[in-house]
Amino acid sequence: MTQTATTGAERLPRNSERGESPSSEPAIVCRGLRKSFGSTHAVRGVNLEIRRGECYGLLGPNGAGKTTTVEILEGLTEPDEGEVRILGMTWGENAKAIRRRLGIQLQEAQLTERLQVVEALRLFRSFYPSGPTVDALIERVQLQEKGRTYVRDLSGGQRQRLSVACALAGDPDILFLDEPTTGLDPQSRRALWEIIESFREEGGTILLTTHFMDEAERLADRVAIMDHGRILIEGTPTQLIQTLGGAHVIEFEPNTPMADHELRGLPGVETVRTRGGMVLVTCEELHLTLPSLMDLLASRGMELTSLTTHRATLDDVFLARTGRQLRDE
Amino acid sequence: MSDPGALRQLTVTRVRVMLREPEIIFWVFAFPIFLAMGLGLAFSDPTPERIPVAVEEGTLDDGMLERMSRLNPDLQLEPMTPADAADALRRGEVALVLARMDAEVVFRFDPTRSEGRAASAATDRALQEAAGGTRPVAIRAQEVEQRGQRYIDWLIPGIIGFNLMSTGLWGVGFYVTQSRQSLQLKRLVATPMPRGYFLLAQILARFFFLLVEVPLLVLFAWLVFGVEMAGDALSLALVVLVGAACFSGLGLLACSRARTTEGVSGIINVIIMPMVVLSGVFFSPTRFPDAVQPLIQILPLTALNDALRAVYNDGLPVTAAAGEMGLLLLWTAAAFFLALRLFRWQ
Ligand SMILES: Nc1ncnc2c1ncn2[C@@H]1O[C@H](COP(=O)(O)OP(=O)(O)OP(=O)(O)O)[C@@H](O)[C@H]1O
Ligand SMILES: [Mg+2]
Repeated sequence: MTQTATTGAERLPRNSERGESPSSEPAIVCRGLRKSFGSTHAVRGVNLEIRRGECYGLLGPNGAGKTTTVEILEGLTEPDEGEVRILGMTWGENAKAIRRRLGIQLQEAQLTERLQVVEALRLFRSFYPSGPTVDALIERVQLQEKGRTYVRDLSGGQRQRLSVACALAGDPDILFLDEPTTGLDPQSRRALWEIIESFREEGGTILLTTHFMDEAERLADRVAIMDHGRILIEGTPTQLIQTLGGAHVIEFEPNTPMADHELRGLPGVETVRTRGGMVLVTCEELHLTLPSLMDLLASRGMELTSLTTHRATLDDVFLARTGRQLRDE
Repeated sequence: MSDPGALRQLTVTRVRVMLREPEIIFWVFAFPIFLAMGLGLAFSDPTPERIPVAVEEGTLDDGMLERMSRLNPDLQLEPMTPADAADALRRGEVALVLARMDAEVVFRFDPTRSEGRAASAATDRALQEAAGGTRPVAIRAQEVEQRGQRYIDWLIPGIIGFNLMSTGLWGVGFYVTQSRQSLQLKRLVATPMPRGYFLLAQILARFFFLLVEVPLLVLFAWLVFGVEMAGDALSLALVVLVGAACFSGLGLLACSRARTTEGVSGIINVIIMPMVVLSGVFFSPTRFPDAVQPLIQILPLTALNDALRAVYNDGLPVTAAAGEMGLLLLWTAAAFFLALRLFRWQ
């Protein structure tokens, strides 16, 4: 390891050194993380290994333990059990050296309302020994017109971009983003996605939490789905969707209940699940399965209240695993 | 190097945020002035047209006094022993003392009080006219060293002390709690910012505001009430600095565990209220029973007010208030020590 924590003499990260570290240690490793708040078991044995240069998505519903996990990794929360290594270093021994190489955006933290955008960035920039100029940061998050605007006068999307700019102030090796796009309009979400993607293209490592499966599918190289403090399944978005056994989902609501085995017999059907009055069928090829499903319904004289089809998503993976929706909307 | 820049940025940030809060500006700068104005006017002498003058026995004969009184009915000439006359002048009961020194009549007054000079002029006119004009009485003006003996003279250092206390506690305690509550502290702790810098910046920003706060009050008191600062500026600056450091430290201690601004407001009020009453801001603490005097004497605001008055009213150097300064430094050290141990970042 080159990062020894002799006080005051930490090796400073440089853009050019990113990824060139002689260490092949992963960016983030944790083993057996546990954390309880009173009787709430927020994190119950989480293991993660995030490679350098990877964008890793932590997906899960409200209260799954995403924020708790991420804040343990960020050295902001002390775990009850388990160990964490960031860039091969531990919080106990190398806290200061790690801090300099992380860019952190917190789910709920606010920036000082009565500061202007440039002032806030100047403040955060001053905490790091090196990094882009304030102007470069502003340009990077497309806030050029808002440099002299007070934080309190920014829109939600602009605030979130400023928050990411603050996280980028020290030219970090790892960027932690905790639900960066929650509550944003589609345009602001896309703007943030582009910032995240450009950081990723420069070789940075990203740990992203989100409720949005489309966000995870688009941004993340690998995804972990978390629920009740545990990781249910991990892999690339494609791998996870493949576990469903079908690329398409047919979702319909018949007016009378149907037996699963009747549907399983239809051509191309992979899995069948019912949830409430809804039936969910996964299949490889829509053009094979859909007509025969229609024929079956017609032969029974059944009526449909609704029928939709979509490409299988991580939402379906979550639903298949837990019987619940990722987001309860 | 990022570090000195970080401290500067944190300090500048604190100053900016403060300047951008109009209501805080009111409490820090305007409120003490209103307070001084209100109390100064309420307790100032309401009968300026009467001119009380003490006349030491044997200075002028009764006929002369009678003629002077007739010439200027506003003159209240009261024969007194030299000791009584000196006391009356010190207490502000008379504006002027007349005394005989060989062939001359000495006009003795307090130069820090405007009425002394006015009384001298009026008395001199009556005296010369009563003496017959042809052979004017030789007189000599003598400024006595009893400075600042009016209530307002005594009040102003108390208001400065009060202001240092409330701005220290509110300025540091409230802001830090607000930053903690809105998770701004957590965000800062997630950076490599040296944590001590954040706390130090609160104190430095406080010092910056002192540069405006205190001179403004001093200037106001001088312009409006003629209150003069008797001591040297360096001594005053030292007392003010130590006082501000002490109450910033107590502000930090008050907010070290507080989770909400409501919580810290309660704590700050509990600290401020007893000291406003006991520590001699508006009236002398000697009025309280002897039993509570030891308690009163160890309060930081008592020490600060005593030190301020020693410099401001009595014109003493800061070394004359070494005991008070020592006590203040002790409070400061204890407050910082505890605050740093207890401080909660999230
Ligand atoms: N400081 C805390 N004190 C008590 N309980 C907490 C605390 N922080 C989190 N929890 C609880 O731990 C569980 C996990 O919370 P966490 O914030 O990690 O979830 P999350 O996955 O980030 O949820 P969300 O999507 O809503 O942000 C929740 O039940 C939450 O109520
Ligand atoms: Mg969360």
